Amino acid sequence: MIWQALSLQLGYNATLVAIGATLLGIASGVTGSFLFLRKRALVSDAVSHATLPGIALAFITMVALGGEGRFLPGLMLGAALSSGLGLIVIGWMIRNTRLTEDAAIGAVLSVFFGAGIVLMTVIQSMQSGRQAGLESVLLGSTAGMLRADALVIGAGGALVLLAVLILRRPMLAVGFDPDHAAVTGINVARTDLAMMGLVMAVTVLGLTTVGLVLIVALLIIPAVTARLWTDRAEVMVALAGVVGGLAAYLGAAFSATAPGLPTGPIIVLASFTLFALSLALAPTRGGVALLLKRSRFRRRVHRRQGLLALGLGQPIHENFTLALLRREGMARADGEPTQQGRAAAAKALLDEARWAALRADPAHGLTASRYDGLTPIETVLTPDQIAELDRHLPRLQGVT
Amino acid sequence: MMGSEFVALSLPPMLIGVLAAITCALPGNFLLLRRQALIGDAISHVVLPGIVVAFLLTGTVAALPMMLGAAGAALVSVALIEAVRRMARIEAGAAMGVVFTTLFAAGVLLLEQSDTSGVHLDVEHALYGSLESLIWLDATGWSSLLDSVALAGLPPELPRMAAALMVVALTIALIWRPLALSTFDEGFAATLGLPVRALGLGLVMLAALAAVAAFDAVGSIIVIAMFICPPAAARMMTDRLSRQIGWSVAFATLSAVIGYVLAGYGPLWLGFDSSVSAAGMIATVSGLILGVAMLAGPCRRRAGAASIA
Repeated sequence: MIWQALSLQLGYNATLVAIGATLLGIASGVTGSFLFLRKRALVSDAVSHATLPGIALAFITMVALGGEGRFLPGLMLGAALSSGLGLIVIGWMIRNTRLTEDAAIGAVLSVFFGAGIVLMTVIQSMQSGRQAGLESVLLGSTAGMLRADALVIGAGGALVLLAVLILRRPMLAVGFDPDHAAVTGINVARTDLAMMGLVMAVTVLGLTTVGLVLIVALLIIPAVTARLWTDRAEVMVALAGVVGGLAAYLGAAFSATAPGLPTGPIIVLASFTLFALSLALAPTRGGVALLLKRSRFRRRVHRRQGLLALGLGQPIHENFTLALLRREGMARADGEPTQQGRAAAAKALLDEARWAALRADPAHGLTASRYDGLTPIETVLTPDQIAELDRHLPRLQGVT
Repeated sequence: MMGSEFVALSLPPMLIGVLAAITCALPGNFLLLRRQALIGDAISHVVLPGIVVAFLLTGTVAALPMMLGAAGAALVSVALIEAVRRMARIEAGAAMGVVFTTLFAAGVLLLEQSDTSGVHLDVEHALYGSLESLIWLDATGWSSLLDSVALAGLPPELPRMAAALMVVALTIALIWRPLALSTFDEGFAATLGLPVRALGLGLVMLAALAAVAAFDAVGSIIVIAMFICPPAAARMMTDRLSRQIGWSVAFATLSAVIGYVLAGYGPLWLGFDSSVSAAGMIATVSGLILGVAMLAGPCRRRAGAASIA
């Protein structure tokens, strides 16, 4: 069943949903990564919740005019208008009052959503509202997705991606350093406005698939996931698109396999799974890589301290150190050094002595600061410098 | 409107609304000053999976397991946010966005998958509660307030909410000085030897308690609105913390009363025959109060910002 779903063989409607969701995922992953770079990830939460009163008003207006209340482009227009108003209010609050951004986001989010809920109950008491089931915009419902809806989402997603392609340079510059971007002649306010416009577009496009409560996940999680894999911004943006598209595709396909699986939550959980995998496996930032790095470091410290103890003829009390040295053929079970261990220990002692001489000499101040008890001195000095150092070295003791 | 019908149908939900609003607004003051306003948003989202898990484990909708489940979920989410923030080395806002959306999605999925048809537990209820349904059937008029038999029939949410308010208010009063100090200057508080981390975590737990208790009665949308709007409006009125808290309690009470009355009676005055969502209306009114405070409050601007000449 799941393979049929993944290979788009579950019928026309499921295929439509999967393609629409994938396009949405790509667009939201890409857009969300700029939001994440700008450190304004949670603004999208306010944007998405603020769509509700607009959706409800659009529905009421369309019904009052005698039309079909669930006409998707109409609902989208209403959603865009009210979330745009929410953004304006947030901006005004930050500029003109002493409230900080998080308070402004929370206030707009809850008040707009509350007003939307009031309007939803008004719709429920209207005659045509009963059949409409407008609640599906809260958590998304792809069951009744029409071909026209999928086309709107696809075309909208393509437009968003095109806009990102055109605006990527100013948006990246502002994301990294708004002050520097302003000096280079980029209009920061207008760039931010364009970015929030794109976020708004993605939110509105995602209403039918993911729903307005969870679309924020599709904006944030792919970007955070991509950030784990790379330090290059362009790569991150592209990767976020891939992650978002993949998560949406997997989620839509999986939710098509059984009737009780709502698309929106499944897509969110799919993207979180990708995030969790990345958190474990990503190179340099991932959990496994960090654990490996820490255990390598631990072994280096133990080997070095063990060798110094061997060289000075002191007993080794730490079991891990002894086991490490034995495994590497440096020491015997009773703690006595082998031939190879003696050589390595002498080398370690010499290294320490050279470092001590280096650190005693004020002329080497900067180099001496790189002493950490682990780095071999050959990696910071040339052979000539070491030979010069050795001429002032006192006779080594304990090494034969 | 003021007769026996009012006591039975409107007084209990209105009181519960007021208590819930104040319970959330109290910790909200500190969250606002600490720039952690959105913690309230995150907590109110993760309450849903906590409640669903508690229901799946116990099979009932009893209050205690639900509250424990929700409090557990709040703790788990705070720990997860911190873990994601450190492990992925990203800003707190993004970490919060990752965690609470995922937990909320998991809650919705669990809810859809489990058989909750026999009990009153669904996503809409979680979002905007059912304040209007908390009626007091045993009441026959104002005299019922003195009748112990009738009082026993009060909706259980009312004493529960009152208890939650007592706990929150008493705790804040007890740790007032250290909490205020660490809110304004965490570094200074730490040099005095105050347990700033424990204070921060304790505040989050208080917020979680308020959210869980209020959620049960009024849904999560009021919780978020009351965490933020009354304290934010109060911040426009004064520079003193104690006065700010007084203002926020007044604004929370006002929002709950006006919101409930408008939702219950407003449509009737306008000639419609059904009421609208009380939770949504309370949130809307709190927003309107915040709007007025932002336009006219005496302390609405940042200290040092140019005043209107």
